[in-house]
Amino acid sequence: MTGASKGIGAAIARALAADGWPVGVNYRSDRDGAERVVQAISDDGGRAVALEADVVDPGAPDELFGRLEEKFGSSVLVLVNNAGINRDDLTPSLGDEEWSAVIDTDLTAAFRLTRRALKTMLRARAGRIVNISSVVGLRANPGQANYAAAKAGLLALTKTVAVEVARRGITVNAVAPGWIDTGMTAEVSQELLAAVPARRAGTPEEVAACVRFLVSEEASYVTGAVLTVDGGLAA
Amino acid sequence: MSTITTEQVEARVVDALASFGPDKSQIARSSTFEELDIDSLDLVELAQIVEDEYGVVLKGEDMKGLQTVGDAIDLIAGRAS
Repeated sequence: MTGASKGIGAAIARALAADGWPVGVNYRSDRDGAERVVQAISDDGGRAVALEADVVDPGAPDELFGRLEEKFGSSVLVLVNNAGINRDDLTPSLGDEEWSAVIDTDLTAAFRLTRRALKTMLRARAGRIVNISSVVGLRANPGQANYAAAKAGLLALTKTVAVEVARRGITVNAVAPGWIDTGMTAEVSQELLAAVPARRAGTPEEVAACVRFLVSEEASYVTGAVLTVDGGLAA
Repeated sequence: MSTITTEQVEARVVDALASFGPDKSQIARSSTFEELDIDSLDLVELAQIVEDEYGVVLKGEDMKGLQTVGDAIDLIAGRAS
């Protein structure tokens, strides 16, 4: 579970732990946040470990999978790619650095982790990959060309990989949250919120519930799907 | 590193292919992957096993043109030596 120290990632980590999964709570800089998530999971009787790694580092997938296998003594059969950043600006003033940083973190890292996860999942003939995309990958939001391109790329990655590995019992799906009440979207304007048919922001727990389903045994025939969790915004 | 013989590669490839489904007794050098019901994903997995074992990096594209078990053995043994 990448990017799990706060917000949507933290909620997903807790939901999966509640279903009995031992969870690797990856974080880059927010050690305290990750430790709090691990503690909350332990308090609820679950198992989790905080794992520091910058997912942009090409060595991160091997390191993360190695540490998880060592800690829990079993193969990693679920991957949730949630780590993401945004560097918003209107395109005329969007810098190369802002472009690359977002593509590297939100898309390329997910690809590398997926490739590593498939090694194990193909041999196990089982696995679940869930990519946390965004409604902006489906519906334009000015000022987020880099973020939207990464998140739409994630949807194409999801569908392509899903088709490649479907016959091995591995499912690959995406969840596309809309306006969710987290630190990342704190300054969403009333105007934007008015565009949401449900007239409210979603909660991290409402996103986590969808991931929980996609990871479950019940979702075994759902693959290559994009589940929007957006109060109707993309409808 | 010691030299890898074609026989060693053959034994490893046959074991790996058998783990994908077909009975070991069915697998001969002349067997085609089609006959054995070995698909492109199986070949990618075989490439990963070979990489872990012999350090020979084979891409999915390298495996694409292979028709028979013998083709795979020769390719791997050729790269490993």
